[in-house]
Amino acid sequence: MSTRAIQFWYRGQIHKVDNATPTRTVLQHLREDMHCSGTKEGCAEGDCGACTVVLGETVDGELRLRAVNSCIQFLPTLDGKALFTVEDVGTPAHMHPVQQAMVTCHGSQCGFCTPGFVMSLWAMYQNAPTCPGREAVIDAISGNLCRCTGYRPILEAATAAYALPRKALDTTPVLAALARLALLPPLHYQSHGYHFFAPRRLSELLLIRAEHPQARLLAGSTDVGLWVTKQLRDLGDVIYLGQIPELKRIETVDKGLEIGAGVALADAFTALIQQEPQWLELARRFASVPVRNAGTLGGNIVNGSPIGDSMPALMVLGARLVLWGGDYRREMPIEAFYLGYQQNALAPGEILEKICVPDAPSRGRLFRTWKVSKRFEQDISAVCGAFMLQVDLHGQIMDARIAFGGMAATPKRAPNAEMALIGQRWNIDTAEAAVLALADDYQPLSDLRASADYRKEVAANLLRRFWLETGAGVAMTRIGQIHEVSA
Amino acid sequence: MNIQRDPGPPVATQQSVGKSLPHESAALHVTGTATYTDDLPELTGTLHAALGLSTIAHGRVIRMELDAVRAYPGVQAVIMASDIPGANNCGVVVHDEPILADHDIQFYGQPLFAVAARSHDIARRAARLAKIEYESLPAILDMDEAIAAQSWVLPPADMARGDVTNALATATHRLTGSAKVGGQEHFYLEGQVAFAVPRPDDTLHVYCSTQHPTEMQHLVAHALGWRSHQVSVECRRLGGGFGGKESQSGQWACLAALLAWQTGHPVKLRLDRDDDISITGKRHPFLCHWEAGFEDDGMLLGVKIELASNCGFSADLSGPVNDRALCHLDNAYYLDAVAIRSLRCKTNTVSATAFRGFGGPQGMFMIESIMDDVARHLGLDPVVVRQRNLYGPSTGSERNLTHYGMKVEDNILPQLLAQLIESSDYHARRKAITTFNTNSPVIKRGLALTPVKFGISFNATLFNQAGAVVMVYADGTVLVTHGGTEMGQGLYTKIRQIVAEVFGLPPTDIRFTATDTSRVPNTSATAASSGTDINGQAVYAAAVTVRGRLAALVAQMCNCQADEVRFADGCVYAPGFSEDFADIARRAYAARVQLWSDGYYRTPKIHWDAATRTGRPFYYFAYGAAVSEVAIDTLTGEMKLLRADILHDVGRSINPALDTGQIEGGFIQGMGWLTSEELCWQQAGAHRGRLNSHAPSTYKIPTGFDVPDVFNVALYDGENVEESIYRSKAVGEPPLMLALSVFFAVRDAIAAGCGSGSRPPLIAPATPESILRALKQGREAA
Repeated sequence: MSTRAIQFWYRGQIHKVDNATPTRTVLQHLREDMHCSGTKEGCAEGDCGACTVVLGETVDGELRLRAVNSCIQFLPTLDGKALFTVEDVGTPAHMHPVQQAMVTCHGSQCGFCTPGFVMSLWAMYQNAPTCPGREAVIDAISGNLCRCTGYRPILEAATAAYALPRKALDTTPVLAALARLALLPPLHYQSHGYHFFAPRRLSELLLIRAEHPQARLLAGSTDVGLWVTKQLRDLGDVIYLGQIPELKRIETVDKGLEIGAGVALADAFTALIQQEPQWLELARRFASVPVRNAGTLGGNIVNGSPIGDSMPALMVLGARLVLWGGDYRREMPIEAFYLGYQQNALAPGEILEKICVPDAPSRGRLFRTWKVSKRFEQDISAVCGAFMLQVDLHGQIMDARIAFGGMAATPKRAPNAEMALIGQRWNIDTAEAAVLALADDYQPLSDLRASADYRKEVAANLLRRFWLETGAGVAMTRIGQIHEVSA
Repeated sequence: MNIQRDPGPPVATQQSVGKSLPHESAALHVTGTATYTDDLPELTGTLHAALGLSTIAHGRVIRMELDAVRAYPGVQAVIMASDIPGANNCGVVVHDEPILADHDIQFYGQPLFAVAARSHDIARRAARLAKIEYESLPAILDMDEAIAAQSWVLPPADMARGDVTNALATATHRLTGSAKVGGQEHFYLEGQVAFAVPRPDDTLHVYCSTQHPTEMQHLVAHALGWRSHQVSVECRRLGGGFGGKESQSGQWACLAALLAWQTGHPVKLRLDRDDDISITGKRHPFLCHWEAGFEDDGMLLGVKIELASNCGFSADLSGPVNDRALCHLDNAYYLDAVAIRSLRCKTNTVSATAFRGFGGPQGMFMIESIMDDVARHLGLDPVVVRQRNLYGPSTGSERNLTHYGMKVEDNILPQLLAQLIESSDYHARRKAITTFNTNSPVIKRGLALTPVKFGISFNATLFNQAGAVVMVYADGTVLVTHGGTEMGQGLYTKIRQIVAEVFGLPPTDIRFTATDTSRVPNTSATAASSGTDINGQAVYAAAVTVRGRLAALVAQMCNCQADEVRFADGCVYAPGFSEDFADIARRAYAARVQLWSDGYYRTPKIHWDAATRTGRPFYYFAYGAAVSEVAIDTLTGEMKLLRADILHDVGRSINPALDTGQIEGGFIQGMGWLTSEELCWQQAGAHRGRLNSHAPSTYKIPTGFDVPDVFNVALYDGENVEESIYRSKAVGEPPLMLALSVFFAVRDAIAAGCGSGSRPPLIAPATPESILRALKQGREAA
């Protein structure tokens, strides 16, 4: 496989890079190589959004635009895509409506976070021809921190931009360029002694892994990116999974949903919410829009962090993982995947191929999943819980599954609490019995996110909330449900 | 000194002042074309710096092996304490803070050495190759340990008035309590950065993201063993400051300068975010134990307070911060008999520093805690107790002298509170919330109103001075330079409006140079909310001087009096005469009239006796009040601010939109301090004393979701009683303290979940865990 330069659409033309290290970030390239300083570094870990850029990809013949954090995106992952930065959106003399509205509404003070906000809002504006409403706007800027304005004028600007004459991106030249780039062979980039591969088929992946068994697999880089920017680790050779369509499929099969391991969290959650609306609040609180755009569901699962937020719910919903070993596939329930802290069941050469989430039975399933963190948006859970009961026509619990993140070295089921539920009627006494049993299921740690005592108490209280919502009919149990209307 | 004050046209005809112009850089901000220090084009040969940091909180360096650092390809220089030719100090008041630690380590992350290399990445990688052996000593991390060990950065201080012992003894009720509030990371979006460029003839120019260019100049000169006129420091804009780039930018300016001096190359030092949060100062955490005596109606008769702050390892600005806390312990309330003991704790943590409010918020937090407790003890609505204890009117009342001897001359709070209670529908909502809470087992709502009275001026009188230069070019365009820095607050915009107003020019005819110590010397920090107050006056004085010369010229031409000459709409008018301003400027140049002038201002009336801690430290007070309504989840402790109503006094606003922006932003920032922003230090093990919340992933400032659905902000209709610039009032810091209403609304909601009469022991920040703990303890006590 011969090597070639990284190629992507940037500033109105196809841009080639052949001398950057494979783990050079998009932000470093913009600021230090291209001397385009509109995009800022605020944290270099994908948590502040000052570096937000928008990536374009061709999906079903259309240009799909998504905001991501350029500080933790490696440059070679841009191959075949389009990169848009604040310099593309408008100039002081010719501002885009989003920019004009930010000026008119006094949406910038120190201005350092502003280019990032502009990019998040521009992506939203491009994707939504009419203003999607306050909640959607808040979500669109969930990955952008501002320390000056208190956000109110930015939220106002997002709406005001739609009141100005619409100015949509001309996607024609971009699509044409991306079509040309698609004709290039899959990326094999080599620089500074390291290889970076971006295969487009599982069969190619198999061959590359055979030749480079030590190569690091990379998906969204929302965690691996920090190994480089914060820990200054050398990743060695890298195989990027983000260009393999086989891993990016979402399929509805007769018994449920099959989500490719490389599906972005944003898309995975859309499908999961469609299948089961109770995912909604968790999906909303999971990281931020740019992280959900870049990160993948498979990455969240394989990374296996004890505070990964997708896993508790997947566990209680009976999700199964399909592992692919080249000439075989094997399947296991997701809880069997976790062997210990940062240890999983993947054998050498295997990858996670897809996640299968069964549909709910036609009736009697009760399900909730919630996370609890210091901040509502874009925070790491102190505790993340998921609850599923299968209740028969007589109110008897036929099956019970409970799982938590943040309570053990891995996301983990709660066998004692489950046992206390199965066979019982779903009532307050059963709920309290399960709460009591839950105390034996976990020995959580204290850390900066919460003390062990808090975690235990909140885990118990989430189980109580599950009873209150599904059994006791208490309407209001969450602060996220409350909205004040102006007097 | 008497400032020649132009009566000016009546407010209604002002052309620029009073208008909601956008920020002067707004169009640059939104297009990514506003350049910050890290965005400046790098000169050939520019090197990039990184730091080596200690990995213990307290102890000594036994051996520091840097060979591998020096040998790393691309490294050009490594400096240690012993390489500093001048003063190894960046302590600004007390010289107790080394730029690089020599042997003694006083906090985890203290800089030990600095590397300059071809790239930022190389410098960071090289810095990690150092081998350092330490001898560890026991570390003091919190205030209780420090108080027990009598570990102080500065000696304890007292402030008192009246006979507290007697007041407590005779009061109908007597109550004790304690209150605790955490620190706060500034989290300016642009991290600390300095770019030092060697210039000819033993001089150095430093581009620095700083609120205090003059102090940077002094520190750099001292570190190099130079004199002030060899160093110039420049800053066009900061990506946020909030007090975190006042003294705290000094160390990085010095290190960049030292490396530039040693290598002869330009050197840029930009801190990685994690380093920035770990090793730069923060807001002081405070702890308070109090005893109060009061009557049945909540009227406070006497209060005795021990007020401790965690100052970190060095004095930094802790003296003035604690003094301001003492001067704001009254907040809006008349304290008849009061005795405060102030403890300035020394701990093995990063030195605490200035942060928006500068001790004021912490002092006010304490008295508001006392008001809240008094009300809950008596079973009264806290708003009633707060109203009852307000300062009286300036005349006909004895209740208008602060405990440090300054008369409150324009107390508008009784009217302001009444107006806000009305506009926010406080009493009806109070009833509705009580009903809601009765019927809602899980979610509880809370409501609180808190006032703000904040003293404006630097406590230290000498800093209340400013200079400026206004230059009119012969084509009629204007260039302004002054000592204040632009960090987003809109100072340059307001300055532009002031100059435009004086000359009757469109604002776009006024431009700025970057703030530069070689243009205006001996400047004060842009801090203490003083930016527009003092720099605006200096600029005004300069502009009026130039305008006076132009008016004299026109008067001579037109045979009229100078005061008959008017400047408006880009023109100059005299009876029977009008001409473009640009033409007049050309005429003036041809007539050899000086078209530029300096301007200088010093705040009148203020004085402060540091020994007795009495005087009139403040030119005036800024006032405001907020009503906040929150909901808490009694299962998880999570909370949400549902509605906030703010009425704030900015005098006669120079720019209502910018002032509103300061109010909203300050309020949300204050809410972060009191709710989600928690600083977590490692409490045990080898890394004891390490700050674990050192990045946005672990330190949580508010996001868009945290903005209340209903957010009503109004400016109080009034004007400054003092002759401030256009009768405006400072607005940088005061609104932060409006967020106290959020905290006490949370406490109100918790109390609703605990039963009547409870005083839930809520500690700030009110994180979910803190809220749940207070609920539990409150229920146990009830």
